[in-house]
Amino acid sequence: MNRRARRPGGHVGLPAAKPDLGRCPDLDPAWSRLVDVPEADGSVHRWHILDTHADRDPADRDPADRDPADRDPADPDPADRPALVAGTMLCVHGNPTWSFLWRRFLAAAPADWRVIAVDQLSMGWSERLPAPRTLAERVADLGALTDRLGVTGPVVTVGHDWGGIISLGWALQHREQLSGVVLANTGVDLPVGSRLPGLIRLAHNPMLLDATCVRTPAFVRGAAALSHPALPRAVRAALAEPYATPARRQAVGDFVADIPLETDHVSRPALEAIATGAGRLDVPALLLWGGRDPVFHDGFLADLEQRFSNPDVHRYPHASHLVTEDAPRTAADTWRWVQERVTQGPRTQDRARRPHPQPAPEPVTWTQDDLPWAALLRRADDPAPAAAEIRDTVTTTLSFADLERRIAATAAGLSRYGLRPGDRVAMLVPPGIDLTIAVYACWRIGAVIVVADAGLGVRGMAHALRSARPRYLIGITKGLLAMRALRVPGRRIGVGASGAPAVVGGWDTDLAALEADGRGRTLPARAPADTEGAVLFTSGATGPAKGVVYRQSQLKEQIAKVADIMRIGPDDRLVAAFAPFALYGPAMGIAAVVPDMDVTAPGTLTAPALADAVAAIDATVVFAAPAALRNVVATADSLTPVQSKVLHRVHTVLSAGAPVPLALLRRVQQLLPDAELHTPYGMTEVLPATDISLAQIEAAGPGDGVCVGTALPGVSIRISPLDELGRADGPLTDAAGVTGEICISAGHRKERYDRLWATERDASRNPGFHRSGDVGHLDDQGRLWVEGRLQHVITTADGPVTPVGIEQRIEDLDRVRAAAAVGVGPAGTQQVVAVVVPASGSGSRRRLADPDLTAAVRRASPVSLAAVLVVAALPVDIRHASKVDRARLRRWADRLLAGERAGKP
Amino acid sequence: MKILVTGASGMLGAATARALADRGDEVTVLQRRTAGLGLSEILGDVTDPDVVHRAVRGQQAVVHLAAKVNVTGTEADYRRVNVDGTRTLLQACRAAGVQRLVNVSSPSVAHSGSSLVGAGAGPADPQRARGPYARTKAEAELLALAADSPSLAVLAIRPHIVWGPGDTQLVGRIVARARQGRLPLFGQATALVDTTYVTNAVGALVAAVDHCAPDDVHGEALVVSNGEPRPIGEFLRSIARAGGAQLPKQHVPVAVARLAGAAAEALWSLWPGDDADPPLTRFLVEQLSTAHWFDQRRTREALDWRPAVGLDEGFAELTRTLQR
Repeated sequence: MNRRARRPGGHVGLPAAKPDLGRCPDLDPAWSRLVDVPEADGSVHRWHILDTHADRDPADRDPADRDPADRDPADPDPADRPALVAGTMLCVHGNPTWSFLWRRFLAAAPADWRVIAVDQLSMGWSERLPAPRTLAERVADLGALTDRLGVTGPVVTVGHDWGGIISLGWALQHREQLSGVVLANTGVDLPVGSRLPGLIRLAHNPMLLDATCVRTPAFVRGAAALSHPALPRAVRAALAEPYATPARRQAVGDFVADIPLETDHVSRPALEAIATGAGRLDVPALLLWGGRDPVFHDGFLADLEQRFSNPDVHRYPHASHLVTEDAPRTAADTWRWVQERVTQGPRTQDRARRPHPQPAPEPVTWTQDDLPWAALLRRADDPAPAAAEIRDTVTTTLSFADLERRIAATAAGLSRYGLRPGDRVAMLVPPGIDLTIAVYACWRIGAVIVVADAGLGVRGMAHALRSARPRYLIGITKGLLAMRALRVPGRRIGVGASGAPAVVGGWDTDLAALEADGRGRTLPARAPADTEGAVLFTSGATGPAKGVVYRQSQLKEQIAKVADIMRIGPDDRLVAAFAPFALYGPAMGIAAVVPDMDVTAPGTLTAPALADAVAAIDATVVFAAPAALRNVVATADSLTPVQSKVLHRVHTVLSAGAPVPLALLRRVQQLLPDAELHTPYGMTEVLPATDISLAQIEAAGPGDGVCVGTALPGVSIRISPLDELGRADGPLTDAAGVTGEICISAGHRKERYDRLWATERDASRNPGFHRSGDVGHLDDQGRLWVEGRLQHVITTADGPVTPVGIEQRIEDLDRVRAAAAVGVGPAGTQQVVAVVVPASGSGSRRRLADPDLTAAVRRASPVSLAAVLVVAALPVDIRHASKVDRARLRRWADRLLAGERAGKP
Repeated sequence: MKILVTGASGMLGAATARALADRGDEVTVLQRRTAGLGLSEILGDVTDPDVVHRAVRGQQAVVHLAAKVNVTGTEADYRRVNVDGTRTLLQACRAAGVQRLVNVSSPSVAHSGSSLVGAGAGPADPQRARGPYARTKAEAELLALAADSPSLAVLAIRPHIVWGPGDTQLVGRIVARARQGRLPLFGQATALVDTTYVTNAVGALVAAVDHCAPDDVHGEALVVSNGEPRPIGEFLRSIARAGGAQLPKQHVPVAVARLAGAAAEALWSLWPGDDADPPLTRFLVEQLSTAHWFDQRRTREALDWRPAVGLDEGFAELTRTLQR
């Protein structure tokens, strides 16, 4: 025996017995069965498994009732002869869990699929063997079991943790029937001498192994304690139940000891064979990933992504190691994947891989002119100012010629540093000249920029960047430090003054040095191609930010659309007070200035700062967020007469990112009397989609929702009508007056969501269209009216009701400063509640509005209201300070109107 | 249709009998004292088999409202009227070949003191129902629904908090107490409570008579309300204002209200009965400080009925009658 194999000391064989699974949540005890499996050496091992087809033959359900010797073990049991199933899903748990982990996969199985979830030998409720099993033995054990069960026909393997490796081992030995591979928080990238994380490292130490894994339940309990929020008590109890005594826990220790990190480990060859073989599997693969797993962390995911050819990936950012527990939707997502990628034949598989071709045909050949920065190249010799930034009243300017030279040098330097086409580069640089150079240099190389909106907060940004997993980070010291503290991987390239902070921040190099290094050099020749250009994360209304992947052609189309709205000609110059669009000046071939403000906090733009920016490059166009405009209006009194006059030069103002109140637009118009005010509508996935000017808003008048204008050229908008429960599942329509989810088709629609397979399928389930999550309707002139978010639709007994129209009517009252409409009660029979902020403030602690206000609000509302509640302020999001957090308000109103203590919303 | 209405001396019974007669049904009423409705009348007690058999004879349908509802009395008193009375009536209906029975019940038969938010009509449960009234009504409903058969279709209708003009019980008490300054609110008084304007309760009962048939709707219980729940504070305020009274500004913390007597009994004893003021109980405070509102979809579909009078219209009508 190999010296690294675990000695069988302390092992006691224990027979398997039918467990009492009555207390296991969500687990149907009828799935439970014991199966006797003959081994090659003639011995018989008794497995416990969960099997959706366990009841096929009641006589077989408990082999303990019969003598296995009565039957020829080589002959599959009649109950297990190939049944009329479309396929079999074979689920393999890891250490220290058991088949319980897969209960939702069994519950969600289609009738024609059989799901077998095993308890590995010496684990769960299976027989305790008198000696440890090696990896190779476990793979063979699993094969013997499936033989015994008569599993023929297509099989999808599903494995978690160490079970992932074993399931891959089975897959490699059953290539002819393998139709798909699903892996969840597992990994095969375990080079000799790798450093294991925390508890496992402790447990792997021979001195401590028994103490952590066997003699105490530390390891068993620890595995179930990684989740945030904690798993329900009943689930933790169910996970631990088969491992109640040291004798039952022997294999928990064996598994840890069997991690072959040493060259001479007995299981090393088997692991290496599986790791190598996995990459050669040519079946569809799905990787389900908990993003907060300290054991099988994102590095293992990246490795698996490389090994499998083009796997589908869904990363659940809040889930930990037990991803199927922390994200119960993994079951539904997996079945959906099986249906689309496995059940539907190979012909449709290709289509599923790139599910929805963009409606606009891609250019057949991608030339220099197609590149997003083609306009910049055309002005490569122009001494006119291209980029400017104002910091503390100091204006820095760069000409087109200098900008082009610096981008070229930086690109060459980055390339020499190792940046390759397709590499992801996170940008942690405030908008301005440095960012512009960094972004265009990356694009020139063919790298993909990763941008996380500062509105996400530092933690939100780190979450986003960890999910995108950049190879490089380019950032100022503050950003790099924060991301390092929050475990964002990647080599760090500093921007700005180096020195002590740079050392602390762990700069690996700095951008200025790379630029100097690249000066006079040229990039390796590369055929222009429409590669991926950006992964963008914006702060969503709810939940963690989603990474939105854009190809360069889509970015270019987006820039062109914005330029059209801004009516940009070659002689225009742009004030870019809105973070993402501060970058687009060079691509439009025009000069852009970033005003003296904190661009990540739009509300810091003052009227004088705007005027100074306009004056700096004689700007004609302004792009600013609604919050920025609000502060400009609020600070208009401090404009000097000269500054006021300067603002007259602007011919177009664009504001986007959140709804812009009409009253605000009117006041902006007073400040910039010669400008046409535009408020395009769109979302991170399709921006812009429609456009409307102030004059058009005035012409449209009031209606049910916010009028956002007509679709831009090349954009089509359809509505997916709501059913009585507020779901938007029907066919798309362009009929006027029908309320439903707004679906948008456009050439600049995103490529896909990053590592969110199921979310992507959901949002793109209508070929060519993006489901926006917004609800609204088209009017008879083709104008789109936005009525709110799909998740904020109120489902009354009389049908679905959208909030925005109600809120507008209530906000028309002089006594009301702001209003929100939310639904309380169960879906389908909800009551509408108005929450208002009185204009006079809310002095009292009373939540019910006074009789007069109540009556006025009820009269104003187009729908019947159950209650009118008063608050001092509505809860809003951080980024725009204008999107009302209706979900939070709904929970508050739910508590309050049930008679519970509710506190503040 | 020949229809017997029991318990027609109360607001809901009288209005239902009148509505059925107005549309041309041949209505007989049965109660202890004359209802003064100008309809064919049998005076007597529903616990008296002779009286009940005589009243039921020749009827096609029965609307059974007679019940002991006030909060005073022993459990045996409730049982005699609500359970035994219903049993007697069911026997008489079967003996006389009555085809339809609409048994008027209460949402309280299915629920204890917990919050009801968009709740459906669960099965009556004498074990969990609180207080002798709800307990005995639950038993009675179970008896009635168990009698549902191809020859006798039974429907249980549970109107929730019926009020309107002519209501001396709920409305009268709220207004009187508000005038005396004895109607404080509990906590924030934001709990949503469903109520039923009397005209709508009548409409639902008339629709129930029409739809209660072996080939239509039978053997089930349906909660009836306006489908417009309001915060309890706003409801009490609206009733008080209709009677020209202002609601005192004070709010009593729920915990205090559990101990101190105030106005809860008025709301809870909404059904017709004698005038004895019931004591404030913790149960009543719970009723007034937790939500009670219902999913009306099944009721509206089954009875093909919708409330004809909105709550605000109801308050306006109440104001007109009270301040005339």
